[in-house]
Amino acid sequence: MQDRNSGSFTAGRRRFMQAGLGVAGGLALPAGFVSEALAADQPPIGTWPNGASGNSVFIGISVPRTGTYAVQGEDELKGYQLAIEHINSGHPLIKQISPKTTKGVLGKELKYGVADSAAKPNDAVQAQQRFITENKAIMITGGTSSAVAVALNKLAQREKVLFVCGISGSNDTTGKDCVRYGVRQNFYGETAANAIGPALLKAYGKNKKAAFMTPDYTYGHTVTKSVNEFLTKNGGWQMVTNQVSPLGAPDYSSYLTNIANSGAEFLINVNWGHDAVLSTQQAKQFGLLPKMKLVIPYQIPFLAREVGPETTEGVFAATDFWWTLEDKYPIAKMFVEEFEKKYGYKPEWGAENAYMEFALWAEAVEHAGSFYPPDVIKSYETPRKLNSMVGEVQWRAADHQLVRPVVIVKGKAPKDMKSKEDYWEVVEVVPGAGLMQKPDAFGCNLGSYT
Amino acid sequence: MLTWSNFLSQLFNGLAQGALLALISSGLTIIYGTLGVLNLAHGAMFMLGGYAGYVAYQATGSFVVAVIAGTLFMLVVGVVMERVIIRHFYGRPHEDQLLVTFGLAIVFVEVVRLFFSSQSLTVPAPAALSGITSLGVMFYPTYRLAVVGIVAVALLVLFVVLYRTRLGMIVRAGIEDAVMVDSLGIDVYRVFMVVFGIGAMAAGFAGIVNAPVVSLTPDVGEAILVQTFVVVVIGGVGSFPGAVVGGLIAGEIISLTSMVNPGYAYVMLFAAMTLVLLVRPRGLFGARGRE
Repeated sequence: MQDRNSGSFTAGRRRFMQAGLGVAGGLALPAGFVSEALAADQPPIGTWPNGASGNSVFIGISVPRTGTYAVQGEDELKGYQLAIEHINSGHPLIKQISPKTTKGVLGKELKYGVADSAAKPNDAVQAQQRFITENKAIMITGGTSSAVAVALNKLAQREKVLFVCGISGSNDTTGKDCVRYGVRQNFYGETAANAIGPALLKAYGKNKKAAFMTPDYTYGHTVTKSVNEFLTKNGGWQMVTNQVSPLGAPDYSSYLTNIANSGAEFLINVNWGHDAVLSTQQAKQFGLLPKMKLVIPYQIPFLAREVGPETTEGVFAATDFWWTLEDKYPIAKMFVEEFEKKYGYKPEWGAENAYMEFALWAEAVEHAGSFYPPDVIKSYETPRKLNSMVGEVQWRAADHQLVRPVVIVKGKAPKDMKSKEDYWEVVEVVPGAGLMQKPDAFGCNLGSYT
Repeated sequence: MLTWSNFLSQLFNGLAQGALLALISSGLTIIYGTLGVLNLAHGAMFMLGGYAGYVAYQATGSFVVAVIAGTLFMLVVGVVMERVIIRHFYGRPHEDQLLVTFGLAIVFVEVVRLFFSSQSLTVPAPAALSGITSLGVMFYPTYRLAVVGIVAVALLVLFVVLYRTRLGMIVRAGIEDAVMVDSLGIDVYRVFMVVFGIGAMAAGFAGIVNAPVVSLTPDVGEAILVQTFVVVVIGGVGSFPGAVVGGLIAGEIISLTSMVNPGYAYVMLFAAMTLVLLVRPRGLFGARGRE
């Protein structure tokens, strides 16, 4: 049996009690009582064991279905739904990532509820609190905004229910706001910066002037900081202006006017969701594009579809996944085919991230052999190679961040597109290990298991 | 970036942004002033006008047709809304009016989302107005320049209707004292219907004129609504000139603050509103007696 306690004193005391009871029970009591006494080693925690006692377990999903990030939220939801379907049916694709999966997770069917977070932390926390209290959710997920991710991190740690993080690009999510009860699959500010930085310096050279557009919350600030630091330190680039705007700004003209007067050669747009679409379109209306070169350090699913390939032509972006990686990775190929069959379009990285999160969660629980939260968390923390859609990956125990490659893509010219969804060409798949900061560099302190 | 050229650029940009805010806010303020209904569906009506225009544009390829169709569509929607739902709420508490218009807003937004999804749609500016124009200190999108002119004309038309026609006289009288107008033998309720229709039409017109600038999503009205409320409060509830001046002030505050520190652009807007409320609780052009 695996050790389930973290504190050395309690561990010693519990183990003593356990051994003592075991001996006493073995001598004096019928078998039924023995197992009951041993179960006392795992006192109820979070929604366990109630949430895992039936034939099914419940997952609480909160994604933005309205507001600035609605398009990306819907895509993410499709990834979750496909993963749940595959896990419940024991699909061959899931088995590639979670080999021990038969049907469901530990034989239990997955059920789920969906709530609209509108990318607002309060909405997400309220919805998940309801899923935890009313549905005994054994795991919660959601994101598409790091503000939401950080809030759910805190909820998860307080409620002792695992939070499998959805799209979240902030360094803080597995940095200063990391928690024992949260894990993140996708790339983030620092890895994005360290992956796209060299590509930018190689393509454009040193000593350039860049204007940043930054959404005013944890995601925007950390991504801008990481990207700017890389370019300044390694390439002598200069940030000539940083236009910080609120999430969901209705108009970018005043920010763009500042940029027009800044003398920048590059427009590094960190805005996301519809904010990215609108700010990019308006930058074009103002004649800033293509005069300045656009850079997207943190890819936005559907951006190219919405602004048009003539705007994203030649634009560098860092991303978690692009569907043409199917030529390189067989698991990616299976995923793209399955997704397209069900939904009628090629998946973007939001769906890929959602699918991978659930697949890796299924793997972690099967590996633990239990839904007992500390066991599942320790399973995440036990080093082992895992399969993913972008090759071999591994969890980092110290901050619960997946060590995974970052994909650098470049926008194709409309004439080079082989099909209507062939917006980006993959320039490079940069291995993850060299991109990450030291686990404690952003002040991560995971907190307790119980 | 405090340079002369940036200052002039932002000053102009504030005017362009303010002009649109003025147009949307004027519809809101006229409806509230006359009917006493705080229409939380105004943002959704702005959005609906944009989508109606988009559909018309897809069908005909003509921006002018899109503007006319979007505007007329919203006139119809406004009149139907007033006849079927809003008129039952004139005598009821403000909370009920807020709830019903808020509910209508949700219905409009989600119905549009159902048919068009959340992905943004674009209505291109007419060919003659696309591209950029040099203003000496800066380049500015030609269409945005045109919008200033279009909005000026639209506001002028509204002004003439409100201040130079019999209907306008009744409407303005209704804003001051609806009971008195009623007792003079004028069918106030028919006037209310017309006013609601005009307000909706103004929102729809702004929605389609704004479409090439912002790209359409079902949520496009929500962000605008907050700003228009600020404009109405600054200008004075129920005051048409207030809405125009308030809109321009709001546009300038956003633009000029962003020049100093973009992170504070919207904060300053609310700070200005608070200041106005402290100094002139009824807004810049608000009159005593209006509720």
